[in-house]
Amino acid sequence: MTSFMSRRDLFLFAGFTGVVLLLPILAAPFGAAYPDLLQRFMIFGIFATGFNILFGLTGYLSFGHAAFFGIGSYAAMWSFKLLSLNAVPALLFALIVSGVFALAIGYVSLRRSGIYFSILTLAFAQMCYNLAYSVLTPITNGETGLRMALDDPRYLDRLFAEPAAGMPVPSLFGMSLGGWNGFYFSAFFLIASFLLAMRIFNSPFGLALKGIKSNQTRMNYTGFNTRPYTLTAFVISGMLAGLAGALLVVTDPLAGAERMRWTASGEVVLMTILGGVGTLVGPVIGAWIIKYFENIFSSFNANVLNNFYSFLPDGVREVAVTISSKFVGEGWHLSLGLVFVLIVVFLPGGLMEGFRRIAAWLGRMGNGSKRASQVGVQPAE
Amino acid sequence: MFEVIFLQFLNGLDKGSAYALIALGLTIVFGTLGVVNFAHGALFMIGAFCAVAFRYLLTLETVHVDPTKLSPWGQPLEVREPLVQAWFGDFGAILVNYSVPLSLLLAVPVMLLVGVAMERGLIKFFYKRPHAEQILVTFGLAIVIGEVIKALFGPNPHPQPMPTDLRGAADIGAWLGMQAGVITYPLWRLVYFLFAIAIIGAVFAFLQFTTFGMVVRAGMADRETVGLLGINIDRRFTIMFGIAAIVAGMAGVMYTPLLPPSYTLGMEFLVISFVVVVVGGMGSLPGAVAAGFLLGILQSFASMTQVKAILPGIDQIIIYLVAVVILLVRPRGLMGRRGVMEA
Repeated sequence: MTSFMSRRDLFLFAGFTGVVLLLPILAAPFGAAYPDLLQRFMIFGIFATGFNILFGLTGYLSFGHAAFFGIGSYAAMWSFKLLSLNAVPALLFALIVSGVFALAIGYVSLRRSGIYFSILTLAFAQMCYNLAYSVLTPITNGETGLRMALDDPRYLDRLFAEPAAGMPVPSLFGMSLGGWNGFYFSAFFLIASFLLAMRIFNSPFGLALKGIKSNQTRMNYTGFNTRPYTLTAFVISGMLAGLAGALLVVTDPLAGAERMRWTASGEVVLMTILGGVGTLVGPVIGAWIIKYFENIFSSFNANVLNNFYSFLPDGVREVAVTISSKFVGEGWHLSLGLVFVLIVVFLPGGLMEGFRRIAAWLGRMGNGSKRASQVGVQPAE
Repeated sequence: MFEVIFLQFLNGLDKGSAYALIALGLTIVFGTLGVVNFAHGALFMIGAFCAVAFRYLLTLETVHVDPTKLSPWGQPLEVREPLVQAWFGDFGAILVNYSVPLSLLLAVPVMLLVGVAMERGLIKFFYKRPHAEQILVTFGLAIVIGEVIKALFGPNPHPQPMPTDLRGAADIGAWLGMQAGVITYPLWRLVYFLFAIAIIGAVFAFLQFTTFGMVVRAGMADRETVGLLGINIDRRFTIMFGIAAIVAGMAGVMYTPLLPPSYTLGMEFLVISFVVVVVGGMGSLPGAVAAGFLLGILQSFASMTQVKAILPGIDQIIIYLVAVVILLVRPRGLMGRRGVMEA
């Protein structure tokens, strides 16, 4: 095992796996321990991990990753409709289709770098979105969104058995994927993606990607042809986005075009930056925090706020409620945007950098005269 | 056939004007400060909401119940009296009628203030940071501005009526000596186009023929040398940011009768105007204007039924398709200078 990964990585991986698997218990004090939300944690964790493989390692900022997410959703849905209600072929199909798209889009977009790359990916994603809304309606069902129907062909299923009565729901070899089963199913893929990301970060391939981020010209001069490396990273991250999209269809059997909008692409950027770009656990944490607060804040309304401020005198309370109600509920994106701006300005390394600074500070406090660099706690990376 | 083509050409002009104005501001910001401003669409939106706010102020009214007048059901009538009309009489009615163009008076100082505050308050900290971080912080700012607008004005679009004299269509065909009634074009779009031309001309004249503009152009070419000559180039660039904001805001004000503004307006226009800037060439002002009109007109042609019959869906993607092709075959855009952001 030691040859497979270093001792430190082993601890990190074991810790991450433990946290993910125990999340139903750990999240309970925060009121987040229900399968639907936790499953979203897993799915967007995968999405952000994949995005981080591209942006965190190579520095290429893609503003179109939601396209692969949406394509994965549609592909999985078509697999449910045409082949089988089993989730495995759906995920495979989604991986293949999003991989093909990522290969094509990446091949073209990666010819340019910097802001042009961002604009190119954005342009491709907007094309996918606009087409999904208009001309491709036979495939995507346009604005209504694609969902399963009773009379879908499902050729593979029908080979073996007559279709059961009732609405079709995705399953895993006959096992239902609702509730906690669905959570552990997605958790498995998050852990697998995390392992993949960890292996990439520590591999020569990952080192080459980091080299591209710090100085692509120099990499070219040392004899590296960087294009295949960036393209591989792009395809991997696109496939993980497709996987996340497919898993979302397993939870919530509706694939709609708005998942491909560029605001959705922006969301995964937010997650990655918030958590800490280029770190292993950062993006996952960012995804969890955003999904958690999206869920909690959206449910806040005037009543909740009134209770919260009940210690204040009446006049002051009304003012406080009016002001804070702009930041929660419908307006929670405002808080998100503000936090995001603050993070980019003051903590470009995201929350992980914040943890690192706090740890270093604690180290200095604890060790008086010793130099911080000697005792600075190495963050989980 | 000529009429059809000419009409589509005209139809593309108003959208093209909006694209050109936003892209012009974006290019000014990029050319002077070197900042990729993802919040520029938000400035366009703030301008549009200046028009909404201005009209709201003009149409404030007093409501009182008049017991002497009775409705047919015998209830006392509510009498509403707009304050502006109470104070100014008929002149007040004219003010309300022309609220959209008059909002420019409100929009110019507001946009200057917003622009300078934005540059001094946030963007100046990002000159030396990588472009990716500039994109991120201005993207976050765009979200915040959109949400503030949503909190203030609600999530629904606010339709703005155009002045009654400028409703209806202009018979451009007849003006040009062709058969009457063949080529007609909504009057307000014509106004918008002429307005855009005037603004663009003013910006270019300002840069070309004033000392201030000359210094700014010199600073765009070589900021360091201009600074060494003892000129406070930073302050001038801040003012240019304010001017870019004013251009975007005025474009937003005049566009409100064509498209009711809502809080998503900024994001909708931002993506396209970035594509416009890239097509025109980063940092090239004439390029941005030309590409704006070009893409507006192309979009208009792509939405012809004859074209859509051959290439279904082309109207949805034409702009992005053009951008992809341009970026791949001519990296510096149509009129970009060699070596500027060509990587």
